[in-house]
Amino acid sequence: MEVGAEVAPVPVPTLVKRRPWSPPDTAVGRRREKFAWLLILPSLLIVLVVAVYPLVNTFYLSFTNKRLGSTREVRNVGLENYANLFTDPLWISSIVNTLKFTFFSVGFETVLGMIIALTINSNFRGRGLVRTSMLVPWAIPTVVSATMWQWMYHDVFGVVNDILVNRLHLLDQKVAWLATPSLALPAIIAVDVWKTTPFMALLLLAGLQVIPSDVFEASTVDGASKWQQFWQITLPLLRPALVVALIFRTMDAFRVFDVIFVMKNYAPETMSVAVYTRQKLIDLQRLGAGSAAAVVIFLIILAFVVMYTRLVRVEEG
Amino acid sequence: MTESHSAPTAVSRLLAETLTGQISRREMMKRAAAMGLSAGLIGTMLQVTGQSLSAQDKPAGWSLKAPKDLSQEFKGQTISVILGADGPVVPWEEAAVKLFSDTTGVTVKRTSGPESTTDRLALYQQFLGAGASDTDAMMIDVIWPGILAQHAFDLTAAMKANGAEYFERIVKNNTVDGVLVGIPWFTDAGLLYFRTDLLEKAGASAAPQTWAEMEKLAQSIMESERSANPDFQGFVFQGAAYEGLTCDALEWQYSNGGGTIVDDDAKVTVNNPAAIAAFDRAKAWVGGIAPKGVTTYKEEDSRGVWQAGNAAFMRNWPYCYALGQAADSKIKDKFDVSAVPMGEGDGATHADCLGGWQMMVSKYSKNTGPAAEFARFLTSPEVQTSFAIEQSRLPTIAALYDDTDVLAANPFFSKLKPVFQGGAVARPSSATKDLYNDVSTAYFTAINQILTGQGATADLIGKLEQDLQKVVSEL
Repeated sequence: MEVGAEVAPVPVPTLVKRRPWSPPDTAVGRRREKFAWLLILPSLLIVLVVAVYPLVNTFYLSFTNKRLGSTREVRNVGLENYANLFTDPLWISSIVNTLKFTFFSVGFETVLGMIIALTINSNFRGRGLVRTSMLVPWAIPTVVSATMWQWMYHDVFGVVNDILVNRLHLLDQKVAWLATPSLALPAIIAVDVWKTTPFMALLLLAGLQVIPSDVFEASTVDGASKWQQFWQITLPLLRPALVVALIFRTMDAFRVFDVIFVMKNYAPETMSVAVYTRQKLIDLQRLGAGSAAAVVIFLIILAFVVMYTRLVRVEEG
Repeated sequence: MTESHSAPTAVSRLLAETLTGQISRREMMKRAAAMGLSAGLIGTMLQVTGQSLSAQDKPAGWSLKAPKDLSQEFKGQTISVILGADGPVVPWEEAAVKLFSDTTGVTVKRTSGPESTTDRLALYQQFLGAGASDTDAMMIDVIWPGILAQHAFDLTAAMKANGAEYFERIVKNNTVDGVLVGIPWFTDAGLLYFRTDLLEKAGASAAPQTWAEMEKLAQSIMESERSANPDFQGFVFQGAAYEGLTCDALEWQYSNGGGTIVDDDAKVTVNNPAAIAAFDRAKAWVGGIAPKGVTTYKEEDSRGVWQAGNAAFMRNWPYCYALGQAADSKIKDKFDVSAVPMGEGDGATHADCLGGWQMMVSKYSKNTGPAAEFARFLTSPEVQTSFAIEQSRLPTIAALYDDTDVLAANPFFSKLKPVFQGGAVARPSSATKDLYNDVSTAYFTAINQILTGQGATADLIGKLEQDLQKVVSEL
């Protein structure tokens, strides 16, 4: 095509510095820019339809009193939904629960994932088998594993109680793990740690494998201990991979829904912000109030992402 | 020569065996081919047996009968209906739909609805909220008349045409501002399941009538059974934070003379001493006669404990009866059902939470005539009789509880008639209209917090009263 013909006399790259957003200086450059826009247009359109429109619509709905399938008059209520949200003790406790869940699950998953990644990064027999079998918890759909754990935690028949009471004699009597308000959230966090640690380990393992081995060899020659090697070499070089893994997991954990909903439904002591939003949107058909909750979740996650990407940029200098 | 003589007899015997269900159609085909019959004849035989099988599906033949006076004026029209979720009920529904089509000449397109009631409601609200006319009739839960009334076609005339006495409480529940939102199709009620063998061992001759009697029996049975089975429980129910707990707790409250959550005029009535006493009693069960984990149990969790033979009493819906009597059940022939116990003070009464499904016609439908006729057909005494016999669904017409065929198929139905006539208590869905779920959610959340000891009962009920007042002020 014509374009191909014009690619041939590409001018030698000039050393003139351009401001990042200024239009190209040459006619060829401008034409190529137009063509580039044309190429990304389909993806832009898709993003517009599946991401931007729902987001804008959610923002809009959060300022109305719209209800699902209702003939009640829809009117603009300004910030009323937001005011109600932050005076609702259930929403406040949902945020606290979600923050606890995010902090502890991501924390444990990172530390355990790191230990596992370091272990399987070393050479030993049967490494392939260990790496594969490690991924089993991650491969089970959360709804299935949550139901499975619900039975394992069962106060009467559960295997957890059986092991702790009847086999190891660590407890005198059986504990209702999920029914005791103070134990329910820790029990659910444990399930998430069990499930997601392999994913964390895998992300960190990928980071470990790109660290060149000669760095370690050189430091060994210099007399560094294994402990020093970890803190001075492994961790700094692993940092980019670690930050990416943390971004993914934090965003994921903050939106937690399935494991909590399967095990505890709408019980307030474990309700996360996503469970709260579902209750408002689906069960109570309050599109306005539910959208306000969704907007707040969106803003919090956005804040996380901005924070983390800043971190990465600082890393890159 | 012998061939030509014996062949017709063999063919007719083969046909008869297939039609009565002694052999499958595949087996018939194999034998027919072995006899050396022509492909054309085998085809005809398949057609004959196929027609009669798809009409009845079960070779013995279902007792489906159409009401005699179905209207013929809608011949040639087509309606779309949403009925039960995929499962054993579908073949019966298809046979019923076919019978309606054959009798009236109306084409019916049947679709299965979602299994989860919450999802089903969300689906209905989407197309009803948009005023879509493509679905003409649908089955609705007993708690939805208030929520869906604004989209309903009045079925008062259609129900009257059936000329049967429907249970008054259900009809009242389904009537919103004078409009009959749905004709009662089949019903459900909370029941007390009890172990007859263990009650006898404990020296009791009949089911406990009051909560105090039930507690005493549960305690003594539990104590004696635990020596052999440390996991044995006195009583299991539905205590998780979900709609099921609203049913259980409303039974405790109402049966203790504590009234309802919200009365018929949408006045909040939950905060009273009798109700608080009822909730306190339930709170004492948790970790006592009931396992601590009961505050996370739903229907199937309680049935799991019960059907494994690990509980003396269970509160649950009628569906557990047939399952408990299944051949592989540990408690087969060792249990019975009765009304949920009651309190002892003033106004105490048996109270069984009302469940069940109704047939509704959308007011956006372009064929409300045949759709209403279809709703009337499905809820007619004739069709309900078959539904009870073949699918164990509880009829909504009192007279059917005396029907000998219905009782032969479901002996425990005889105990349920008084429950629906008197004791069944309805959740306040017609009074609270489209805000019912707000009311129920606030209620089951507070009760679950009481049961798990997250505050004093009176405080939590006081807070619930405030929350509910805020909700009903929006009505």
